[in-house]
Amino acid sequence: MEFAELIKTPRVDGVVLRRPFLPTVEGTLCLTGHHLILSSRQDNTEELWLLHANIDAIEKRFVGSLGTIIVKCKDLRVIQLDIPGMEECLNIASSIEVLSTLDSVSLMYPLFYRPMFQVIEDGWKSFLPEDAFKDLESMTEEWRLSDVNKDYSVCSSYPPLVAVPKDVDDDTLRKAAAFRHGGRFPVLSYYHKKNGMVMMRSGQPLTGTNGRRCKEDEKLINATLRAGKRGYIIDTRTVSVAQQAKARGGGFESEANYPQWRRIHKAIERSSILQESLIKLVEACNDQSHSMDRWLSKLEASNWQTHVKEILTSACLAAQCIDREGASVLVHGTEGTDSTLQVTSLAQIILDPACRTIQGFQALVEREWLQAGHPFQQRCSQSAYSNSKPRCEAPVFLLFLDCVWQILRQFPCSFQFSQHFLVLLFEHTYASQFGTFMGNSASERSKLNLSQKTVSLWSWVNRPQEVERLSNPLYEANCLVIWPSVAPQSLLLWEGVFLRWKRSSRCLDEAYDEMVHIIQYNKELQNKVNNLRRQLAQLETEEAGEKED
Amino acid sequence: MEHIRTPKVENVRLIDRTAPRKAMVGTLYLSATHTIFVENNPETRRETWVLHSMVASVERPPTTPSGSHLVVHTKNFQVVQLLIPQERDAMDVQASLARLSQKYSELYCLSINPNANKEEREESWSFLDLQADYRRMGVPNNLWVSTPANSEYRVCDTYPSELFVPKSATPPVIVGSSKFRSRGRLPVLTYFHQDTLAAICRCSQPLSGFSARSQEDEQMLEAIMKSNPGSDYIYVVDTRPKLNAMANRAAGKGYENEDHYANIKLQFIGIENIHVMRNSQQKISWLVNLKTPSMGDFLWGLESSGWLKHIKAVLDAGVFIAKAVAEEGISVVVHCSDGWDRTAQACSVASVLLEPYYRTMKGLMLLIERDWVSFGHKFSHRYNHLEGDPKEVSPVIDQFLECVWQLSEQFPCAFEFNERFLVQLHRHVYSCQYGNFLGNSQKERRDMGLRERTHSLWPQLWKDRAQYANPLYRADHTQTQGMLRPNTTPYCFKMWKGMYNRMEKSSPPRQTPTDLLTAVREETQQLEEELTNHQEVAPGGTAQPGTKQGIQTRSRNAPNERCSLRPIYKFINISL
Repeated sequence: MEFAELIKTPRVDGVVLRRPFLPTVEGTLCLTGHHLILSSRQDNTEELWLLHANIDAIEKRFVGSLGTIIVKCKDLRVIQLDIPGMEECLNIASSIEVLSTLDSVSLMYPLFYRPMFQVIEDGWKSFLPEDAFKDLESMTEEWRLSDVNKDYSVCSSYPPLVAVPKDVDDDTLRKAAAFRHGGRFPVLSYYHKKNGMVMMRSGQPLTGTNGRRCKEDEKLINATLRAGKRGYIIDTRTVSVAQQAKARGGGFESEANYPQWRRIHKAIERSSILQESLIKLVEACNDQSHSMDRWLSKLEASNWQTHVKEILTSACLAAQCIDREGASVLVHGTEGTDSTLQVTSLAQIILDPACRTIQGFQALVEREWLQAGHPFQQRCSQSAYSNSKPRCEAPVFLLFLDCVWQILRQFPCSFQFSQHFLVLLFEHTYASQFGTFMGNSASERSKLNLSQKTVSLWSWVNRPQEVERLSNPLYEANCLVIWPSVAPQSLLLWEGVFLRWKRSSRCLDEAYDEMVHIIQYNKELQNKVNNLRRQLAQLETEEAGEKED
Repeated sequence: MEHIRTPKVENVRLIDRTAPRKAMVGTLYLSATHTIFVENNPETRRETWVLHSMVASVERPPTTPSGSHLVVHTKNFQVVQLLIPQERDAMDVQASLARLSQKYSELYCLSINPNANKEEREESWSFLDLQADYRRMGVPNNLWVSTPANSEYRVCDTYPSELFVPKSATPPVIVGSSKFRSRGRLPVLTYFHQDTLAAICRCSQPLSGFSARSQEDEQMLEAIMKSNPGSDYIYVVDTRPKLNAMANRAAGKGYENEDHYANIKLQFIGIENIHVMRNSQQKISWLVNLKTPSMGDFLWGLESSGWLKHIKAVLDAGVFIAKAVAEEGISVVVHCSDGWDRTAQACSVASVLLEPYYRTMKGLMLLIERDWVSFGHKFSHRYNHLEGDPKEVSPVIDQFLECVWQLSEQFPCAFEFNERFLVQLHRHVYSCQYGNFLGNSQKERRDMGLRERTHSLWPQLWKDRAQYANPLYRADHTQTQGMLRPNTTPYCFKMWKGMYNRMEKSSPPRQTPTDLLTAVREETQQLEEELTNHQEVAPGGTAQPGTKQGIQTRSRNAPNERCSLRPIYKFINISL
């Protein structure tokens, strides 16, 4: 299929663009296969380049022959295009509708995008499981890297290499995989260097209604316990949801078969409920009413903040079991690809200072989300405005980012990155020129050969100028475990995403610049003073030397 | 002293409400002014001090086998929970505290010998000069003049003795207008905007009832309009909900009839009355004391308290007035019922929005001194300094301070002070440690001889200004200039955690950008000094001994340096 067939009117003059916080621009609108472009063709006026993939929904309105298209983006921005001529407007609208909902992976923009910057380090090779394992090997010998999944036959959503207990052979893994949802047998997620405790993750056990058991599965997870020690299983579902799962062949680990494990149930909601929550929240933020009661009641009804609290609470629990109780933990929900990953990745943010660096956070996203098989493409194909029937969309990763932001806000000096990085990741999961978040698993990405055919987001992020932009000026490395407060009054609405296009951030940006300025000036002075001190010391030695002569 | 039945109780536990299993064991002392808890642990010996006048209530839940609990709630939303082994002791402490917290004669500020530091005391009261602030605004001038009408508080005993009125307002107009206003609170100047020549005037409601009118009062408003050359009307802002204002007509009060007053535009804002505000804040303080609320409980509680809605109403009132004055160049007359609560809020918020000076520490002090203290805001009644009518109590100035805080969240570089300054001001409104906020009017304070018997708070705050400074403030920053135009969409308002949830513990201790930046700026200053020192030593010259050790370079990457970078954090003594 050619894009040209889908674009009936590639160009319209005299289009007026209105968007938040920027002056109105009049210019020429162009549609290409992947972009909607508006240019005034004058210097100093910012052009609009909008990826079709970023468009979540459009609305058309007509007043006489003047048409208006309201474009609602997946990054929650809403822009307005006034297009003279009804036919042109209709043509543009229908083209946008088709181009923004193309299902064919082979037509996606990252496959066409050529970088305009010099790739210093190929992001596709920055975070290989082999390298991560080398770090682990330096700390412990109790784990090995298994290639049992090398052709993705044991578990289609796992990467080819996974870390498992050294004493457990591949055959046992295969059998355990057959007992876990989606073949997701328990694998290592995190090793806590301080006390050698570990966090594992998996899919739910397939116990079904008649309480099936699997010796190999029991053996596998018991192999991670020290003699005489008990571990914790954190089931991200409520007891009743976990019970109901039995009827569909799923279930949970019974006390009888897993006597060394204590099971704790949490209440992280299913994907469809999270999506509904996002839609309600965004609707509340867009409400024009000036009534405080209405705003607060809509905010409450969206339940978004409740989800944030629930996820953070579960992550704190996992971290507490490991760090405070000195116990190992297994985390799972149903599939083990959503709430499970929220918990395991946030627990690492709390426990492991390395995850709070720019590189470390990328490694975490790579390890705990991309390699761990979070279905990004399914979850992020629609955002809060879409009118299409939801399929598997859910803001699972966005909620994770929101939780990270909450911790960042509570510990503003403990993260090497600022919220810009989190916002950037949010944007790129929904629409991107990079291939990083394409596909739903390592296996899909490998089939599409993305590492050859697309540019990695990490290649872009890790350039010095971008690293600088994403850095947190207040950062001071610390090796502490940071315990966020999950009290409701400690958790705020993430303005940087949800109010980003609603209220100007100019004053906050100025404050940020001021902060950067204060810190940079301090560093400059430190350098100057240190230089002078050195010179002084040198002079003194010389002088002392002369005297001796 | 006769109120203290048990001056000392041993083996008391101070319970950390966020981690009930962690309690400090120590000794509880009751002094004439404070309840003091001293930890037994010889290494830390932490002390917790609670000023008696800050105590709002002392609850004693049913006795448990381990002893009696006492839960002390302070007026600034802190909670101290004690476990006392003997029930008798607990009852004694409770009874003593109940009396100590309500005794005027033992208010801290009055128990200090006022003549011990006579000069210092007198100096403390001359720290702020209200008249100088009027001069700073350019008043008096050829439009606004000082009137002797209220000397000896003749026309209005709740107003200051010095008043500024339109030049054209004759004494009969002043007196006549005063007679037509509730409690004699006639329209007078509170803020003059030099750029537009528009003014903010304040007063109480007119005694208009259904049909009464006063020629003098009408002339007074006319004179106010004429004092703003080039304008042909004024706004009369009634900060009450219109229904309340109408209801007042039945009692012979009410609002200005637009048919009688030429060239006024009446505007109702809808700030609720003191009773609604009192209940609203009680709900907030109940909400923050819930043990483990769900997010739903919390947001529902926040909504049903109405608190943020009220804060928004006060801020909206200020925005309306400020815009009228600065953008339209129209003078505004503000009133509510008596003109000492909502009017004070609306006028002072408008001043903060209009005038960068009021966003500095000294400016805010002056603003409080003018719009609140001098214009007869009833501090003793509103903040329950003595056991009085509970229906008179209301968090009026709390709301003003919170508006300033909400603004500082939107304009982080615009204020010279940080959140701690506002929290401290709030504390002292209740504490009675200084004489500034005792009594209900200037006349009452004069009659009580407070200037002779107490010290003023302002120089003390000024002395400690380093810890109240906002590191992001720069006098030449764009945010510091001109008028603030805040966004008052509901989602821009947050709950003020620093006021209502200060006690929350965190591990590791909560990091605040303010503290870090303050420390960095202090270090920068030291570096600047050292740099100057070094440069004074000409190249090739010998170094002065000592300059080398000026300060030690602190690596900002070592985790243990954190505390040394934070001189402001005081972990040891918690003074409530």
